[in-house]
Amino acid sequence: MTVRKNQALLTADEKRRFVAAVLELKRSGRYDEFVTTHNAFIIGDTDNGERTGHRSPSFLPWHRRFLLEFEQALQKVDASVALPYWDWSTDRSIRSSLWAPDFLGGTGRSLDGRVMDGPFAASSGNWTINVRVDGRTFLRRSLGTAVRELPTRAEVESVLAMPTYDMAPWNSASDGFRNHLEGWRGVNLHNRVHVWVGGQMATGMSPNDPVFWLHHAYIDKLWADWQRRHPGSGYVPTAGTPNVVDLNDTMKPWNDVRPADLLDHTAHYTFDAA
Amino acid sequence: MPELNRRRALTAAAALATAAGVQTIAATSASTAPSTATTPSAPAAGHADHHSPASFDEVYHGRRIQGRPVSGGGHQHHGAGYAVFVDGVELHVMRNADGSWISVVSHYDPVATPRAAARAAVDELQGAALLPFPAN
Repeated sequence: MTVRKNQALLTADEKRRFVAAVLELKRSGRYDEFVTTHNAFIIGDTDNGERTGHRSPSFLPWHRRFLLEFEQALQKVDASVALPYWDWSTDRSIRSSLWAPDFLGGTGRSLDGRVMDGPFAASSGNWTINVRVDGRTFLRRSLGTAVRELPTRAEVESVLAMPTYDMAPWNSASDGFRNHLEGWRGVNLHNRVHVWVGGQMATGMSPNDPVFWLHHAYIDKLWADWQRRHPGSGYVPTAGTPNVVDLNDTMKPWNDVRPADLLDHTAHYTFDAA
Repeated sequence: MPELNRRRALTAAAALATAAGVQTIAATSASTAPSTATTPSAPAAGHADHHSPASFDEVYHGRRIQGRPVSGGGHQHHGAGYAVFVDGVELHVMRNADGSWISVVSHYDPVATPRAAARAAVDELQGAALLPFPAN
């Protein structure tokens, strides 16, 4: 059974295996397919039109399924690997071990944002940015520049306290847990972390930075935490909503999985701590 | 000089703009350029439900940024009804329900106007050339 661990608690061997599996997916071309898929949805999801991966109730089950697919791809390379999560409300400094050279590498240099150390630095020769909107082929970051602070634990708590999963109009204007977690409204959790990292993480091609998976694994854990706090609150809407994935509608691009199939993560993995 | 021709095209009649646009836009961006340019005073067809922001055209940090309302038909503007270009290459932008804007290079950070999104993109690009987004 897959156990997703806090990245801060990984052993050196676990870090090494995770990095090696990610690099192998990159080498084989599989990795970039995930970047392409994510960008296609981020461009296609609109507030007044069809919306599936973002700015909609299915933001959470869509990313849960997307991460599962990525994790399964990693496990085909190394069956011992699980996705770690990054609790950015605790590990909120650029000096966190997350950004050390033995894991994801650090922030970019000021000249051009280029990441200069770690296994994903362009100089390694193993991490060319192929799915991109401009000519730059190197991984970039600017940790803590565009926005100074990552969300605090108190801000996370304020969102976890929201009892309603989502609300009409089921988009970036909604009140409720999903949109506050996604960040289009309120204290801004998920979106702000993308902006804090900067570089490709701030773009539609954000999975170009491996921290994408650790960020979303924590967003996914916060959904699980929310479910435990609000056992009487379910996924909404449940039926008949134009342009929106209802509880029992199938989701693109897989077309064989519904939000209803993804509400219970324990069928696929557990977390190291509640 | 393509830049000057293009500028004239933007302010000319729609038919003229169409012809000039095909001649002056690089081949890669021609496929995504709107077939009908509209003046700032002309609301884009099919978007009567909300007012499109006015056109703009300026040089920001040494780069030409332009924006204009477009008709929704035949192009992938995903309901924005508005196209933004950096040095003639289209930048994918999107309007949020609250009226704020994002672009594909700053997708998690809404700003107030499409011009602000274009400027944010120039800041983000640090001089790099924008690639046309794939027609998906």
